[in-house]
Amino acid sequence: MRYGDRTAVDGLSFEVEAHTITAVLGPNGAGKTTTLETCEGYRRAQSGTVRVLGLDPQRERRALLPRIGVMLQSGGAWSGARADEMLRHFARLHAHPLDTDLLMDRLALHECGRTPYRRLSGGQQQRLGLALALVGRPELVFVDEPTAGLDPQIRRAVWELLEELRGDGVTVVLTTHYLEEAERLADKVHILDHGKLVASGSPLELTRGGAVATIRLVVTQPFPPGSPEALATALGAGTELTVLDPLSLQVSGPADGSTLGKVAAWCTDHDVLPESLSLGQRNLEDVFLELTGREDL
Amino acid sequence: MVSAGSTTGVFTPAPGAAPVARQLVTQAGMEARLMLRNGEQLLLAIVIPVIVLVASVRGADRVGVSLDGRPIDVLTPGVLAVAVMSTAFTSLAIATGFERRYGVLKRLGTAPLSRATLLGGKVVALLLVEILQFVVIGGVGFALGWNGPDGIGGYLALILAAVFGTAAFASLGMLLAGSLRAEATLAAANLVYLLLLAGGAVVLPADAYGGLGDVVRWLPSGALGEAARAACDATVAVRDLLVLLGWAVIGSVLTARTFQWE
Repeated sequence: MRYGDRTAVDGLSFEVEAHTITAVLGPNGAGKTTTLETCEGYRRAQSGTVRVLGLDPQRERRALLPRIGVMLQSGGAWSGARADEMLRHFARLHAHPLDTDLLMDRLALHECGRTPYRRLSGGQQQRLGLALALVGRPELVFVDEPTAGLDPQIRRAVWELLEELRGDGVTVVLTTHYLEEAERLADKVHILDHGKLVASGSPLELTRGGAVATIRLVVTQPFPPGSPEALATALGAGTELTVLDPLSLQVSGPADGSTLGKVAAWCTDHDVLPESLSLGQRNLEDVFLELTGREDL
Repeated sequence: MVSAGSTTGVFTPAPGAAPVARQLVTQAGMEARLMLRNGEQLLLAIVIPVIVLVASVRGADRVGVSLDGRPIDVLTPGVLAVAVMSTAFTSLAIATGFERRYGVLKRLGTAPLSRATLLGGKVVALLLVEILQFVVIGGVGFALGWNGPDGIGGYLALILAAVFGTAAFASLGMLLAGSLRAEATLAAANLVYLLLLAGGAVVLPADAYGGLGDVVRWLPSGALGEAARAACDATVAVRDLLVLLGWAVIGSVLTARTFQWE
C-alpha cells in the first residue's frame, strides 16, 4: 500500500514516500514546525490541501491520530509524572504498544526512569518525547528536532533508531537544524526558507555540483572596505563569492589551482591575515547557504 | 496496515487506539495519582478541610453559635461540601491550567485519546479523590461524634449532592483554566475558594447569613452546602440541586466556547 502525504503551506508542496526518512531543513522561522503542525492537524491550512496517509489531518483527525506518532519540540508532560510512568501511560492509550522497557533501553532512559519530568535534563526530555512518539507503533512519525541538545553518543543512537524505524517500514518526517543529520539520515531533503520550498532532492542530488570547489576563508580582522569586491573582480566570471559575515567569506568556483591562487594573492595584496582557509566539495551546508544566504540555522 | 514488503521488526507498524474503557481507566488513574502526589493539592483536599472541621466544631462549642442542631451534625456535611469544592474547582483548575501551560493537553492531543475520554478521565479522577476525602473527613467527623447521614437514603442523597456539586464546580474550574494563564488560574482559583469558604454558605448554613442567606443560596457553594446538609437528614434538596445544575450548564457552555487547549 502507499502512503500519500502532501503538504501545502504558503505555496509549499511536497510529497513524502512511504518507508523513507524525509528531512525538512530550514533556518529559524522558515516554517518547519508550522509545516509539521499542519500535517499533525494542530493548524488548519488557509488554502491548499494536506493529506496525511490519505486523510485530512483536521476533519479526519480521529482516524489519523492512532496511525501517526508526534514528537513535539518541547514540553508535553505533567511536571510531577515520572519518565517511565509517562511512557507507560502513553503505551496504555494504544492498542499494540511497544515494550516500554525496550524503548527506554534504546533511548538510554533507564537512568532517569524514576525521575519526575520537571527534573529531567533537556536531553532526557527530548528522548522521552521521541519515545512517546514511537510507543504506539505508528506508521508515520513526525519528529521535530529529534537530536537538538543531545550529546554526540546519544545523537548517534537516535540516528540508528530512526534508521531502524525506516528499515521496519515506518515513514519518518523530521525537522532539523543539523545539516549533517539530514545528510546522513534523509532519503529526501526539503529546504525551506520563509515558508517556501527552495530546494528538494536526495542529499546527493542537492550536493551534486560537478567540478565545483568551495573555498571557505575566515580572517582575524574584518575585511578592508572594498576588498571583497576586488576579490570578486579578480576571480572573474564563473566564480561565485559570498560574504558570510564580516570575518568570513566563501568562494565557489572551478576546482583548479587558479581559484585558490587568486584568493591567496588577494590576501597578500589587501593585508588580510587568514585564520583558516578550507577547501572542499559542496556539502549540504554549502547548498543551504547558497539558497538561504544565511549561516545561522 | 503493514505493507507487503516490510519485514517484521521491533518497530513494524501496528497502530491503533486502546479501547475507550482502558483509556478512561488509565487517564483517570494517572490524574488521580498526580493529584494525590502533589503536596499543595493534598493540603487543599484533605488537610484544610480537616482543620476547618475540627476548628469550627471546637469553635462553635466554645462560642456557642446557635445552629439548628448539634454543631458536628451541621458542620460535617458542610466540610464535605468544602472538600468537593476544593477538588472539583480549585485543584482541577490549577492542574488543568498547568497542563495547558506545559503542553500536556497538546501532547495528549497527539495520542489517540478523544477529548470526551480526556474529560471523562478527569471527572473519574475527581470522584476517586473525593471518595478518599469523604472517607478521611467523614472518619474525623465520626470520631468527633457525628451521627452520619440518616440511613441509606441519606447516603444516596449525599452522593447525589456531591455529584451535582462536582459537575457545577468542575465546569467552572475548567472555564477558569481554559481562559486564563496558569499563574492567574492558580491565584484566581485559590481566591475564589477562600471567598466561598468564608462567605459562601458552604460550612455554615445559609440561615446563619441572616438577610444574605437568600442570596448565598444561589451560589454554587451555598447550594452544595445546603444540599449536603439536607442530604444528611435524608432529604433531597431539589431546589439546591437545580441551582447546581444551572451552574454546571452555564459553566459547561462557556467552557466549550472559550476553552483554549494551548
